[in-house]
Amino acid sequence: MLQGYVIIPVALAYLGVLFAIAYFGDKRADAGRSIIANPYIYALSLGVYATAWTFYGSVGRAAADGVGFLPIYIGPTLMMALWWLVVRKIIRISKTHRITSLADFVSSRYGKSALLAGLVTVIAVVGVVPYIALQLKAISGSYAILAAHPDIAAVGQRASAPFATDTAFWIAMLLAVFTILFGTRHLDASERHEGMVAAIAFESIVKLAAFLAVGVFVTYGIYGGMGDLFARAASHPRLATLFAPLSGAAGGYANWAWLTLLSMLAILFLPRQFQIAVVENVNERHLGKAVWLFPLYMLAMNVFVLPIAFGGAMHFAGTSTDPDTFVLTLPMAQGHPALALLVFIGGLSAATGMVIVETIALSTMVCNDVVMPVLLRVRSAWLAERPDLTGLLLGIRRGAIVAVVLLGYLYFRLAGEAYALVAIGLISFAAVAQFAPAVIGGLYWKGATRAGAFAGLVAGFSVWLYTLLLPSFAKSGWLAESFVSDGPYGITLLKPYALFGLSGLNDITHAMLWSMLANIGAYVLVSVVTVQSAAEQAQASRFVDVYRYASGQLDAHAWRGTAASPDLAALLAQFLGAERAEAALEQHARSRGLRGASELPGDGALVQFVENALAGAIGGASARIMVASVVKEDALSVDEVMTMLDEASQAIAYSHELEQKSKALMAATAELRAANERLRELDHMKDDFVSTVTHELRTPLTSIRAFSEILHDNPGLPVEERQRFLHIVIQESERLTRLINQVLDLAKLESGRAEWQVGDVDMKAVVEDSVAAAGQLFTAKDVALEVKLPSHVPTVRGDRDRLVQVLINLLSNAAKFVEAGTGRVAVTVGSDAREVTVRVADNGPGVAAADQRIIFEKFRQAGDTLTEKPQGTGLGLPISRQIVERLGGRLWVESVPGSGATFAFAFPAVR
Amino acid sequence: MKLSTAKSQRLLVLFLVGLMLFNYPLLALFDRAATAFGVPVLYVYIFSAWAALIALLALVIERSR
Repeated sequence: MLQGYVIIPVALAYLGVLFAIAYFGDKRADAGRSIIANPYIYALSLGVYATAWTFYGSVGRAAADGVGFLPIYIGPTLMMALWWLVVRKIIRISKTHRITSLADFVSSRYGKSALLAGLVTVIAVVGVVPYIALQLKAISGSYAILAAHPDIAAVGQRASAPFATDTAFWIAMLLAVFTILFGTRHLDASERHEGMVAAIAFESIVKLAAFLAVGVFVTYGIYGGMGDLFARAASHPRLATLFAPLSGAAGGYANWAWLTLLSMLAILFLPRQFQIAVVENVNERHLGKAVWLFPLYMLAMNVFVLPIAFGGAMHFAGTSTDPDTFVLTLPMAQGHPALALLVFIGGLSAATGMVIVETIALSTMVCNDVVMPVLLRVRSAWLAERPDLTGLLLGIRRGAIVAVVLLGYLYFRLAGEAYALVAIGLISFAAVAQFAPAVIGGLYWKGATRAGAFAGLVAGFSVWLYTLLLPSFAKSGWLAESFVSDGPYGITLLKPYALFGLSGLNDITHAMLWSMLANIGAYVLVSVVTVQSAAEQAQASRFVDVYRYASGQLDAHAWRGTAASPDLAALLAQFLGAERAEAALEQHARSRGLRGASELPGDGALVQFVENALAGAIGGASARIMVASVVKEDALSVDEVMTMLDEASQAIAYSHELEQKSKALMAATAELRAANERLRELDHMKDDFVSTVTHELRTPLTSIRAFSEILHDNPGLPVEERQRFLHIVIQESERLTRLINQVLDLAKLESGRAEWQVGDVDMKAVVEDSVAAAGQLFTAKDVALEVKLPSHVPTVRGDRDRLVQVLINLLSNAAKFVEAGTGRVAVTVGSDAREVTVRVADNGPGVAAADQRIIFEKFRQAGDTLTEKPQGTGLGLPISRQIVERLGGRLWVESVPGSGATFAFAFPAVR
Repeated sequence: MKLSTAKSQRLLVLFLVGLMLFNYPLLALFDRAATAFGVPVLYVYIFSAWAALIALLALVIERSR
C-alpha cells in the first residue's frame, strides 16, 4: 500500500493544505482581519520548537538513557516563567526600534554596529545549518523506511546515491521553493508573515495529534496500558536500569542541569524562535496565555515518549532497528500502514515548520546584516542609481533561503550520517546559546559595550567551534580521528572533548561549560575596560529603560543636523517601493498634525521615522548607513546625549537659558534638581506677572497724574472743564482700585489662600442677586436685560458669594461690549439630570475663534490692545474661571463673531 | 508597570521553584528503581511536578491583574 506513488501525493497534498492556510492567512491580514491575533495561535506557533528532532529523536534518546531527553522540554518550561519579564521587554524594544531579527537586535543594542550584526549572522548560520541537515535527514530517512514497507530493515548508508534518486536533495529543493513562496512573496517593512504563522500553528496541531495517536496505539494497542508496559520493561535487564538513570551515570545531574540551561537559552535564541516569539508577535498581551499553554503543549508531546521508547526497545530487541525510527516502525510492524502514514505526515510537518521559519529568519539576517551592508559599502553608487530596490532585496532573500537549505543538505551529506538526531540538534543549541550573554546582558546592563559583546561572541563561538563542530567533522572523517582521541598534534591538554583535562562530562556539557566561561568572561571583562561611544550609550539607555521612554519623542530630541525631506522620501521609496513609501510618509505627516507629506520638515522626527521604517526592511545597521548618506549630522558628545535623554524623560521643555542656569545644579541629586527647576518656573511666572501688573497699573496712574497736573497748573480753568477732568480722575482711580482688588483676589486664588464657604447653593437666588447688583450698569447704558428662570432649579455645591462675583463679572463684561441703546443681554438658567448651566448671552461683536482661548489668560483682551482703549482690566475672566474650576465647574465661551457671544458656566447638580 | 509587578514577582518565584523541582537533590530522591501505579517513580515525579508547575503558571497568569 505504501509505495512512493501513495506517499508522495499525500505529502504534496499536505503541503498544499499548508500553503492554502498560509494564503488565506495573508489575505485576511491584508484585509485587516488577522486570524493569528489571539494568544492561542501565538502559543501554538511557538510549538515550532518541536521539530523532527522531537518527533523522532526524543524516542531514540529515551531508549538510550531514559529521562535524559526531558531537560530539552523542561528548560523551555522554566524559561516560559520568565517569558513575561524577559520576552515582553525584548518585544517592546523590537517594536519600538523595528527590529526584525536577532542580529538586528544585538547590533542595535550596541550602537547599530554592522560588524556585530554580521558576526551574529555568521554564528547563527553556522550554528543552525546542522539543525537544518537534521530535518532533511529525518524526512528522507522516514520516507525511506515508509517506502520499504513492509520490510523494516535498518536503512543503510545512502550517501552514495546519485542526485537524481537522492530524496533528501529533492526534499531540500522543495522546501526551499516552499519557503520562498511562504516568506518572500512580498517585502514587508515589519518582516511579519501572518500566513506563515497560521500554517505553523496548524503544523503544531498536526504533529501533536500524530504523536499522541502513535503513543496511544503503542501504550494501549500493543501493550495493556502504562502499568503493563513498564512491568514488562522492568524484567528487561537493560531497560530496568533506565528506571533510575541519573545517579548511576557519571556527571548525571550536572549534564541534566546544563542541558536544562541550554534548552532555556535555545527556546529564545534559536533564530526561528526569535522570529516567532518576537518578530511575529501581534500583541504583547498574547505572551500571558503562552506562558502556560506552550509548556502544556510540550508536556502533551512528551507523555508518550518513554512508553514508545520502551515498547520499541522490547519489540525490536535483538534487531538492528534504529530507536530514532520507533515511532514509524512500531505501527508498521503491527500492520497499521495508515497510522504509519499519519506519523510520516506528523514528522513532515515538524520538519517543514522548522525549515520554513528557520530559513526565513536566517535569510532576513543574511540579507540585512551581511549582503546589504557589504553592498552599501562596496557598490553604494550603483545602488543609489536604482530607483526601486525592493526587487533586489527580495532576490537576495530568496537566494539566501536556497543557500541556507543547500548548506543544510551539504552538511547532511557530509557529516549527518555519523550522528543520532539528538546529538546534531544539541550542537546547534550550544551555538545559539552564545547569544545569551550579549542579549540578556544588553537588556539589563547599561555598561555593556560593543567591544565587550564582540569579544564575548567571538570567544564563545571559537570555543564552540573547537569543542563541538570540529569533533563532529572528525567523526565524519574530515579530520583525523586522532584529533579527538589524542588532541591536536598529540597535545592531550587540548583534546576537544576534555579541554585542559576536564573530563567526566558529556561533550555538550563540557562545551557549554567552557564556551560560557569564555563568552561571559570576555563580555564582562572587555565591557568593563572599554568605553562606550555616544551612540552606544544612547542605544543602551533606550534598550535598558525601554519602559520609561515613550517612543519617538526621545529620538527626535537627540538629533542635530540638517536634512532635506525630498532626499529622505526618495531613500524610503528606493527600499519600500514608491507607493508604500508615499503611504507611510502620508501617515506620518497626519500623525504630526500636518496636511500632507509635502509639508514635512526635514527635522529629527522625520529622520528618525525614515530610519525606523528602513530598519524594518534592511536592518538597523544598514538603515543607519543609508540615512547618514543623505543627511548632514553633527556629532553629539556623550554629555549632550545624556542631557537630552534626561530632558526627554522628564518631558519638560525648558528654555535653553534656564537649562544653562540649572547646569550648576546638575551635580545635586535628581530630586533636588527637579524641585529646583519647578521653583524656577514659578519664579519666572511671577516675574512675568509682576511686570504685567506694573504696566497695567501705570496706565490709569499716568492719566490721573496728567489731569491732576493740568488742574494744578491752570487754576483758571472753567468749571465745566474742571468738573470733566475731576470726573476722569475719579474714574481712573476707581479703575485702579478695581485692578488692585482683582490682583489681590487673583493672588489669593492662585496661592490657595482664598477663603471658601462651600455649601448648597440655589442658582436662582444667585442670578437674582447678581442681576439686582449689576442692574444699574444696564439702565445707565440703556441696554435691555432679560432674565429667564425656570420654576425649579436643582441645588449645586458652591460658594454663594463667589458665584455672585462670577456672574456679576460676566454681566458687566456683557454690558461693556454691547452697543448702547440696541444692546440686548439675556441670562438663562437651564438644568438637566447632571448639570445646572447659567448662560449670559449678548448681541455684541462676539469673540473671534482665535481669541476664545486667550481671553481666559491674565491681562489678555481680545482685539488690538495697542490701538484700542482697553475696556476692562483683563483679569475678570481669569478670576472667574479660577473660581468656577476651583468649585468643580466649567466656564466657557461660545461665539460666532458678529452675532454676539455667550459665556456660560455649569456645575454638577446635587441629588 | 506597577500593576504587573506582583505578577512578575510571582512568575519569578515559580521559575525558582521550577529550578529546584527539576534539579539535584530533589530529583535524586526519586531516582530509584521503585514504581508508583506501575510506573517508575522518577517518571511519575517529573511529569506530575511539571503538570503542577504549569497549573501554577496558569493560575498566576489568569488571576493576577
